[in-house]
Amino acid sequence: MLAKEHGLNLKETELCLGLPGGGGGGEAAAETLRTTGKRGFSETVDLKLNLQGNDNNKEDLDENLKNVPKEKTLLKDPAKPPAKAQVVGWPPVRSYRKNMMAQKVSTEENKSGSATTEKTASSAAAATAASGGSFVKVSMDGAPYLRKVDLTMYKSYQDLSDALAKMFSSFTMGNYGSQGMIDFMNESKLMDLLNSSEYVPTYEDKDGDWMLVGDVPWEMFVGSCKRLRIMKGSEAIGLAPRAMEKCKSRS
Amino acid sequence: MTHSGSSLPDLPNSTSTSGPMSEIRSPPPDRVLEIVLENVLHFLTCRRDRNAASLVCRSWYRAEALTRSDLFIGNCYAVSPHRATSRFRRVKSLTVKGKPRFADFDLLPLNWGANFSPWGSALADSYPWLEKLHLKRMSLTDDDLDLIARSFPSFKELVLVCCEGFGIAGIASIAANCRLLRVLDLVESVVEVADEDEEVMDWISCFPEGETHLESLMFECVDCPVNFEALEGLVARSPFLKKLRLNRFVSIPQLYRLMHRAPQLTHIGTGSFCASDDVAVGDQEPDYASAFAACKSLVCLSGFRDILPDYLPAIYPACANLTSLNLSYADVNADQLKPVILQCHKLQTLWVLDSICDEGLQAVAATCKDLRELRVFPVNTREEVEGPVSEVGLEVISQGCRKLQSILFFCQRMTNAAVIAMSKNCPDLVVFRLCIIGRYRPDPETQEPMDDGFGAIVMNCKKLTRLAVSGLLTDQAFRYIGMYGKLVRTLSVAFAGDSDQGLKYVLEGCPNLQKLEIRDSPFGDAALRSGLHHFYNMRFLWMSSCKLTRQACQEIARTLPHLALEVIDSQEDKADDHIEILYMYRSLDRPRNDAPKCVTILQ
Repeated sequence: MLAKEHGLNLKETELCLGLPGGGGGGEAAAETLRTTGKRGFSETVDLKLNLQGNDNNKEDLDENLKNVPKEKTLLKDPAKPPAKAQVVGWPPVRSYRKNMMAQKVSTEENKSGSATTEKTASSAAAATAASGGSFVKVSMDGAPYLRKVDLTMYKSYQDLSDALAKMFSSFTMGNYGSQGMIDFMNESKLMDLLNSSEYVPTYEDKDGDWMLVGDVPWEMFVGSCKRLRIMKGSEAIGLAPRAMEKCKSRS
Repeated sequence: MTHSGSSLPDLPNSTSTSGPMSEIRSPPPDRVLEIVLENVLHFLTCRRDRNAASLVCRSWYRAEALTRSDLFIGNCYAVSPHRATSRFRRVKSLTVKGKPRFADFDLLPLNWGANFSPWGSALADSYPWLEKLHLKRMSLTDDDLDLIARSFPSFKELVLVCCEGFGIAGIASIAANCRLLRVLDLVESVVEVADEDEEVMDWISCFPEGETHLESLMFECVDCPVNFEALEGLVARSPFLKKLRLNRFVSIPQLYRLMHRAPQLTHIGTGSFCASDDVAVGDQEPDYASAFAACKSLVCLSGFRDILPDYLPAIYPACANLTSLNLSYADVNADQLKPVILQCHKLQTLWVLDSICDEGLQAVAATCKDLRELRVFPVNTREEVEGPVSEVGLEVISQGCRKLQSILFFCQRMTNAAVIAMSKNCPDLVVFRLCIIGRYRPDPETQEPMDDGFGAIVMNCKKLTRLAVSGLLTDQAFRYIGMYGKLVRTLSVAFAGDSDQGLKYVLEGCPNLQKLEIRDSPFGDAALRSGLHHFYNMRFLWMSSCKLTRQACQEIARTLPHLALEVIDSQEDKADDHIEILYMYRSLDRPRNDAPKCVTILQ
């Protein structure tokens, strides 16, 4: 597995996802599913999309294709323009507005059901899906800013980590292994990561527990993450035993 | 000739360096002319006029500098705070703008800059008489707000638009310490609030007892519960309050009470507009319409968060007088909108969601003959083939609302024909911003690029100063803009153009261009160089995900020493050597020292 190829020294293979000054990491073997964090953002989007080969999108893609002259596209693979992808900052709707709309949807869902509110709740749910509103607060220890991210905008932990790296530019994260999940079974690797001064993302799940991001498959994470907090690895150590417990009890 | 300063208390006497009125005696002859000038210049309020006056000669420059009381800083990094305060000595009102607009769309790293602190200290030192502060896209902390609250005894107005970095504690300090406060407007700012389980500071209770001077209180973006009793008490003892914008934690029954307390209100931002937990099932709900009828001066309504359209009829009594209606957070359909909009004959400004569909736009066009500004925002921001509004809605609006001056329209599809129609029907357009959400979308009827549509806009709308383009666009569109867009000051471009020539057309053709923001377009170094003659006239240039190289930027930095070129790039080696973001602006001072690691400033 790719995780093994990286060997035990996490630091060396650590992917630098921060902006300049975040250090190297270029040794990572070319992994098909993810970027090395060394590309410009628009190119990053391309790579992910190339792999989506989703049949549902084909019809729309074909329709768009015949209208897009080849030299126009800035994309890496002109055969697959991202008809359904979300590009950062596009369309130009302020993130403030997006947050407000998302809040509206979640409060509607919380209301008890009368006939009217049931209808609004289901259309609200549709709106959530459509407008992509699974917004969770993200805070970073030591940084004064609070942000919200829409988890449904990302397809994998790598996407999320790229986005967080862009937001909190001094933030770098450890390696996620081949499935994009932290290998909790390997205690020593985990301890290396947590003993470093690097930041690790943690999250509060549905049960109210604070967990290390990366312990469950991505979809499960999106469903259960209520809030994100980026903290120093050394501080996150307390979470590790619990995370491993939960992990073990699942498998 | 005796000194005439007694009728103009702000006029500094030429012989004293401290305090305006320390000595009264006959001024020297050369000073007489300056005093006359200062008296006359007091009547100049427009900053462009003042800028022109200051260039006449040294004496006019000095006089103008002494009499400018309203200072506008369009880019906080264009001048250092010290330079500004050294030149303008008697400023009472200051506006500072920070981050470039694309920061609103998460294209800038969060810690990029625009910190208020250096300005705060400079202001506290130089302008103890400061009354108004208006900040946009600045980053300010609770400490900054506290400094503001404590440094200016005459402080009257604080307006924060799209700002961030502060929390409730800062707001509370303003409330508690600014005894003469008239305006506290927090608009679309990110305010740190406590998490659900933590205790929320009651900032409303921090306003002092007794009658206040409050005229405007806007806290829609302060996203935490407020002490309603305290709020009601505050409103009750604020006889001058005209504008009140609440957050979503204020319910309709609570709004009802507030409106009856303050029937003099002219601008209301409702809180949440749906069934309230305050009213038990089976209780008689108050007659909300009576509150709207009681506020006879109401001209502007906004808010409508979490809307339950059943409650919309409550606003009917206010519709006939409304000039501004913001339903852009309210997901209402055409049938729910119509009964409201059909009564709004005087409406000049309307913000809505595209949930109203083309049919809703039809109703707007039929009734709102005086409409000047329309914004249609998308509920669904994903790229789809079809959407609820389209060229049909745009065309209908252009036919019904001939006085339209400003439009922002999000849609999934648009035709050249509709845009051309608007260019002919609405000759007064000053702002035309069309966002076709699907990138590179051609005209769905003709399969042509959208060049002709935007071409018609710049050709026919002779007053156009702001333009945002979208859809499939070739260099031809930019050729039109360069040819006809002579008054254009702000241009936004995304996913458009074929080659360097496109950008060249614009940089060579638009003499009034001041703000240019471009993303994901194939413009490179040669295009950038074609603007060298013009860059000092611009407030800024933003180019992201284009084809610029660091070398070209370095060249330009060397050629034009008063330009700051910020290159924001995330890594060293990539497939090509194109930089991610260039943010370029003129600056009279040395490069800023507060940039994060990812920003390199070439100068």
